[in-house]
Amino acid sequence: MAVDAEHTQSSEAGLWHRDSRSRHFRERAVKIVLAACAYASVLTTFGIVFVLIFETMAFFREVSIVEFFTSTRWAASFANPSFGIIVLAAGTLLTTAIAIAVALPVGLLAAIFLSEYASPRLRRWLKPALEILAGVPTIVYGYFALTFVTPLLRATIFPEMAIFNALSAGLVMGVMIIPTIASVSEDAIYAVPRSLREGAYALGATKRETATRVVVPAALSGIVAATILGISRAIGETMIVAVAAGNLAQLTANPLQPVQTMTAFIVQVASGDTATGTTVYNTIFAVGSTLFVMTLILNIISYMFVRRFREAY
Amino acid sequence: MATKSGTQTTRKGGPEGGPVFESSTSMRHALDWVFAVLVFAATMVGLVVLVVLLVDIARDGLPRLSWDFLTSFASVFPESSGIYPALLGSLWLLALTAIISVPLGIGAAIYLEEYAPDNWLTRLIEVNISNLAGVPSIIYGLLGLGIFVNLLGDITGGQSILSGALTLSLLILPVIIIATREALRTIPGAVREGGYALGATRWEVIKSHLLPMALPGALTGTILALSRAIGETAPLIVVGAATYITFAPDSPLTAYSALPIQIYSWVSQPQPGFQTAAAAGIVVLMAVLLLTNSIAIWLRNRYQRRA
Repeated sequence: MAVDAEHTQSSEAGLWHRDSRSRHFRERAVKIVLAACAYASVLTTFGIVFVLIFETMAFFREVSIVEFFTSTRWAASFANPSFGIIVLAAGTLLTTAIAIAVALPVGLLAAIFLSEYASPRLRRWLKPALEILAGVPTIVYGYFALTFVTPLLRATIFPEMAIFNALSAGLVMGVMIIPTIASVSEDAIYAVPRSLREGAYALGATKRETATRVVVPAALSGIVAATILGISRAIGETMIVAVAAGNLAQLTANPLQPVQTMTAFIVQVASGDTATGTTVYNTIFAVGSTLFVMTLILNIISYMFVRRFREAY
Repeated sequence: MATKSGTQTTRKGGPEGGPVFESSTSMRHALDWVFAVLVFAATMVGLVVLVVLLVDIARDGLPRLSWDFLTSFASVFPESSGIYPALLGSLWLLALTAIISVPLGIGAAIYLEEYAPDNWLTRLIEVNISNLAGVPSIIYGLLGLGIFVNLLGDITGGQSILSGALTLSLLILPVIIIATREALRTIPGAVREGGYALGATRWEVIKSHLLPMALPGALTGTILALSRAIGETAPLIVVGAATYITFAPDSPLTAYSALPIQIYSWVSQPQPGFQTAAAAGIVVLMAVLLLTNSIAIWLRNRYQRRA
């Protein structure tokens, strides 16, 4: 009977029908299926947290937690292993700092141009063009850093630079992050009410003074959010550093030297043949957990700043 | 003369320690001009680097590109190395990832936008999704390694195309959900009310009106997300994509390579011949990306004109 009803429905599509019982049943089924899809994202989070905690606990049964956070030597796959996350974290910090030193000024100035100077038509062209930078696969940036930027820097400014170094990787990473910082900052700058600009002009300020002393300070929380988001991207970025920064875990602040970041270490171990369940295998999860917690905290802070600037106006 | 005396009088009258109004307009306007050039130059930095990057890769890679390169397997000799299994692997990954992530993502978006009650649970899912979008891709690799490769290895075949596709699906799911929700949100409420007024149920309204109307936006976002998945390297390395495959993958449960993985493997080799092969591989990868992105733009324009 029910099957027959379905048949009539589909053959007379568009006609109203009063078979309310099967319709209600279908409505409920559809809703349950769709809700299940939505909960898949929650499951993903649980999966990530579960895997990281589980394997990290296995790691800390082998290695003392004090050593992990205080040792200044990282030699995971050596005969005499040592696990000082500080070394990898310092590598990450160095490349991230270089990237932000590029991306923050360039991204912020570009955001000011797009919001305050560019005509709507130019803006419509420039924004997607900048977005392309964010869409280039990171392995391509890695190749570019290693085979173009490093030889260029060695031939010009830094002849003593190592082939694998933190500087090239950081610079290219900075370019990759420009669109992130520019687009989030631009949203914040664009959201500053017109009356603030007009007030500044009325007081005799020029366009530059209005932009730098009124509009940018008013959009500051959004710009901070953009910067934190950029930092979080740089910390999690993997392939550029894996290809161009060298995989030498050493504690150095010299950007011309090779370093290893947390992400690059995970890639290095994963691309080798490491048996499941060994200490080195568990190490990548311990490093992954550290990375996850760091980016999560940064993302939450950034989210709070974004909410603040949305509430302000 | 006039400017100078003007400055002096305001300086005298300016409040103690506070910002002083400067009326020296010629200096200020010169600075304005410098600043305008500066912000324009900053905008151009990214674009110039993009052009340099594209030219550099084309110069390195195009001469190496040939039909043989596209149809040969990887080799220990750089001259005879090809990208065939990696290209096939990437196409497999693309197809499987689309099959898994698109229904899941669009379904989740419809639920959150059209069904979900406004309570703490829904807000939790929303915050969770925006957080997932910010998780580094390599963490998804660790998730895939722990769950799909090790825990469910008997079902997924361990380090198989399926494990890779599942991992990439989870990675791009937040992007698809966010894009589809935005597309659904732009549909005016009157469309829904009109449907209900005619006696249609919620699902009937969604199926007949909301989905077709949201499709261009959702599709564009989805294809952009998929093209991101094609370019992803780090998570695939972690879930065990191989760099040296001597057969064409013919099932989702086999070992595989992928374009970015092959490129990474070549870039890591010291011989210059492999660097050239890497550049040629990048040209192929960028061509695939250009194709998928063009489809996205074409679809969007086509539907926008109709609407």
